[in-house]
Amino acid sequence: MSAPARPVQGKFVTPAIQIMLLMWALGTVAGLYRFTQGLGAATAMSDGFPWGIWIAFDVVVGTGLASGGYAMALLVYVFNKGKFHPLVRPALLTSFLGYSVAGVAVTFDLGRYWNMWRIPVSVGHWNHTSILLEVALCMMAYTAVLFLELSPAVLESAEKGQGRLADFARAARPKVERALPFIIAVGLVLPTMHQSSLGSLLLVARTKVHGLWHTGLLPLLFLFTALAMGYAIIYFESIFSSVAFRRQLETGLLGRLGAAVGALIAAFVLIRFADLAWKGRLGLTVTSGVQSFFFWVETVLFLGAAWLFRQQRHRPSAQAQLQAALLALFAGSLYRIDAFLVGFNPGSNWVYFPTLPELLVTLGLVATETMAYVWIVRKFPILAGVAMPETRTAPAAAAAQQGVS
Amino acid sequence: MADIGRRSALKILGAAGAAAAVPGEADARVEFRKANAEDYGLLVDAVRCVGCRACVTKCKEANGKGQDVRVVQGAAYDAPIDLNATTLTVIKAFATEKDTGFVKAQCMHCVHPACASVCMMQALHKGEHGVVEYDVTRCIGCRNCQIACPFNVPKFEWASATPKIVKCELCRHRYKDGKGPACAEVCPRDAVTFGKRGALLEEAKRRIAARPGAYQARVYGETDGGGTNVLYLSPVGFDAIGLPDLGTEPAPSLSETVQGTLYQGFVAPVVLLGALSVVTWKNSRQAKKEEGR
Repeated sequence: MSAPARPVQGKFVTPAIQIMLLMWALGTVAGLYRFTQGLGAATAMSDGFPWGIWIAFDVVVGTGLASGGYAMALLVYVFNKGKFHPLVRPALLTSFLGYSVAGVAVTFDLGRYWNMWRIPVSVGHWNHTSILLEVALCMMAYTAVLFLELSPAVLESAEKGQGRLADFARAARPKVERALPFIIAVGLVLPTMHQSSLGSLLLVARTKVHGLWHTGLLPLLFLFTALAMGYAIIYFESIFSSVAFRRQLETGLLGRLGAAVGALIAAFVLIRFADLAWKGRLGLTVTSGVQSFFFWVETVLFLGAAWLFRQQRHRPSAQAQLQAALLALFAGSLYRIDAFLVGFNPGSNWVYFPTLPELLVTLGLVATETMAYVWIVRKFPILAGVAMPETRTAPAAAAAQQGVS
Repeated sequence: MADIGRRSALKILGAAGAAAAVPGEADARVEFRKANAEDYGLLVDAVRCVGCRACVTKCKEANGKGQDVRVVQGAAYDAPIDLNATTLTVIKAFATEKDTGFVKAQCMHCVHPACASVCMMQALHKGEHGVVEYDVTRCIGCRNCQIACPFNVPKFEWASATPKIVKCELCRHRYKDGKGPACAEVCPRDAVTFGKRGALLEEAKRRIAARPGAYQARVYGETDGGGTNVLYLSPVGFDAIGLPDLGTEPAPSLSETVQGTLYQGFVAPVVLLGALSVVTWKNSRQAKKEEGR
């Protein structure tokens, strides 16, 4: 077995964190403006583009990037690759934070956010054909499941103390661990459902979503991108936490996973082209101007990622893994943004480009998420193989780069 | 050991997949609402409309909506150019080589509405007399209805910090006083007629038969998008008066079929959960054994 997970410890407020605190403050100001002045004043959204980046990026891309916990759970607990176990906790943590941030972002986006509590409660009014309802309920439940999956790490820390809290932790941890296989199974079913359903959300808008993205296979394609982004974020996270917190690199371990991830991404591209050919839409890849351009950007990014990942099987290198991961993250994110915004045309010359407040809120949420991650890995046993004790602070550049996650 | 675990895991998942797929294929028919001749609707006749906008003004009055004032060269006009947060119906001009004229737009009151199909808590729903109603108490302002509607009808109060969705509800608040929609009541040319869908369809076909040269040979909404309770007659192609070509399937047919097949009776998710529970339980027990060794 590899080294157990340990708190990283060390000082929290670094120059990188100071920058993120500033981003948080600016996001908060923009948020206040949105809540007092309304969505029309703060955002570029309109009756033609009722969903902007708060949905397309914060929720649809954000939870895609937060699919690391899903991807790792599938690998470790279903395909029984126990040697990847050290990567599970950090993956679960980013997933938990990503989904929490999506939940907060939704509050900014919903016009009547004060009615949100009704969604899980108003069972009698649930609309069984509403895909958004399924997505909302699944995401709420999954955030709770992720917390339960992470709770052994929290309880482990609490056990070390004295008093009632420590007693509770000592009593609770075996119970949680006994229930864990079932909790993990729930944590696999929920993202399978809602990550595919994020794609299904667009099925109804068949006159508005461009033919390069609109297909009955949207749920399958979104599930594939969730897995691709999920595995990619694990590479990204592993490599950057090595740099930021001086952990060992897991290049060899990640290399063996690369072949499978590469195959997954290649299959995605293949299915997409086969589907376009089947529908006689291959022409759209050259005739649709901006949409065709972005389609090819996605395709090149996906193929580049697939090629680099495939190479990792025989020649693992941390540098190529980072490049592959970044390509896959950009590819998956762009695919989702394109499906929701670039390929969305409601007619009548509607246009959408996010306003400053929209961007500030999104950046503020990303900064908050990153700060929460840094604080938690310093306090709780999340990362394995951490050098102890830490003598210097994390390099600012590396920590700032983490802002992407 | 790990390989055995993996193989049995895949076997269990395969069996689960097969079990989940069977009921999906056996009766994957998703039911769509059928047109009801007794439902209320409108007949909009773009041949008769002269663009006087009396309907627009009367509609605002009947529904308590404010003016949509635009100041042009110092003078104020209440001249909405599209449906919006204060405009439930609007008159638009059309111009083709064949003809020019005016056409009214408002909610189409679809037989199987996309807005109601996507609405989380049925704030938008098919109500009495087939009217697509809005209940603000169940609305959280997600705007999925706007994404879904192929006619771009539901509008959002973007300027408000406590916004609502706004759309024509066929003046249902006036029925108790024995009145129908204000637009139909005020129209001086009978270009907008209120009535029951069956009777309106008959009237529409009568008008086409009486003046075949003046009208397109079919009634938009009879079958378009699964049918609408607002029916249209036009002197020019329907796309020229802003009505999209939807085919005869309801707009949410694909989404409801895909989702209905995947989630029929919630069998697939439950079977998947059962199978995954067995696999994760087996694998974790095995991992514990190996650790204990």
